[in-house]
Amino acid sequence: MLQVELVSPEKILFSGEAEMVVARTAGGDIAFQPGHVPFIGTLADHPVRILFAGGQEEMVAVHEGFVECAHDRVTILSDIAELSSQIDVNRAEAARARAEANADQLDESTREAALRRAQVRIQVAGS
Amino acid sequence: MAGGKERILRRRITSVQSTKKITRAMELIAATRVAKAQQRAAEARPYAEQITGVIQDLAEGGADVDHPLLRKVEDPQKVAFVVITSDRGLAGAYNSSVIRAAEREIMALRAQGKDYSLVIIGKKAETYFRFRNYTIDAVYHKISDTPRFEDARMVAQQVNDMFIDGDVDQVELIYTRFLTLASQQVAVRRFLPLQTRERTDTSEALAGFEFEPSAEGVLTALLPRYVEARLFAALLDAAASEHANRQRAMKAATDNAEELIIKLSRAMNRARQDSITTEIMEIVSGAEALRADKGDVSDLLLDRMFAADIFPDHSVR
Repeated sequence: MLQVELVSPEKILFSGEAEMVVARTAGGDIAFQPGHVPFIGTLADHPVRILFAGGQEEMVAVHEGFVECAHDRVTILSDIAELSSQIDVNRAEAARARAEANADQLDESTREAALRRAQVRIQVAGS
Repeated sequence: MAGGKERILRRRITSVQSTKKITRAMELIAATRVAKAQQRAAEARPYAEQITGVIQDLAEGGADVDHPLLRKVEDPQKVAFVVITSDRGLAGAYNSSVIRAAEREIMALRAQGKDYSLVIIGKKAETYFRFRNYTIDAVYHKISDTPRFEDARMVAQQVNDMFIDGDVDQVELIYTRFLTLASQQVAVRRFLPLQTRERTDTSEALAGFEFEPSAEGVLTALLPRYVEARLFAALLDAAASEHANRQRAMKAATDNAEELIIKLSRAMNRARQDSITTEIMEIVSGAEALRADKGDVSDLLLDRMFAADIFPDHSVR
């Protein structure tokens, strides 16, 4: 069993046991299972999947952060992380629409980041 | 007139009573907010601890980077102070002790012929330093009461930029540490450059970490987060201290108001008694004088008293 902790600067969002954690790091997707070699990586703007024993799974929208795995403990550190149940789809849709509409006002990187964040949120909430 | 003094006292009592109501309310509000701020500080701790842990693992895993946030200057010529105070007063010595510590640091620095830079959080410190013509580089309002992580990030960004651009060679953090509910302490802490511990021999158990993209890449991304987390922790500590100080100050104010009310009521009662006595004396002496004019020799003050004489309508059997 993996001990999983999802930590944001303001509080611990999730803490519990899981069978597998799938995340996307700078180098591509990576899955953690018990006995994984010690690992530290930076996370991309992408949903993180936590698979529990018994087939359930939880999606988490992570907007950059870190993942550390050592001794069957997986710690996900992220400035902004949202569990699928906490995401307001309407707000995310609105944010996406806003980012698309303001194409000419925002600079390219800000707009892309906003779009990507909104997309990750919607993806997580929709699953 | 004799009633004047009494009226003035009564007015003062009413005023003290309403002040007491306000201070009592502020005390209760501050008490709940201390609890909330303490809880937030406790909730934020895991993140800071985890980040510190990751950095340690990185260092022990053999990462060695030359990050600008670690750049040490041998003889710093310009030091920035991040001063955390509150926007609102009525918090006892909370703001003044932080400001005093900051001013002392600046004085010491100037005595060595070096330059300072001020980054201020909270209106109180701003007013103080602006009035005394200190140069202020950045001011942040409305974040010291209930700091959010975005606030910490904004301030950290500014401080990092100042440091990385070489505007300042060192950054000190001046804030109030929350020790317990009853004791808070002003602390002056080195903020930047980050202090790295001398690496001990790489232990076998911790070595062998895999990094993505690379140890250096992770550390480069991690250090700014670490700075933010540290500043956030300081802000939360300061907020908890502010509310604790306010609670204590307001409790003292309420107690003082209570004492003052008792004292004033005593003075008022005495004044009322005095004025009644004077009035009786005036009436009696007036009547006495009138009677003496008419030639009545019997004494006005009776030797014996009968209820029927005083209350003629009251039937006494």
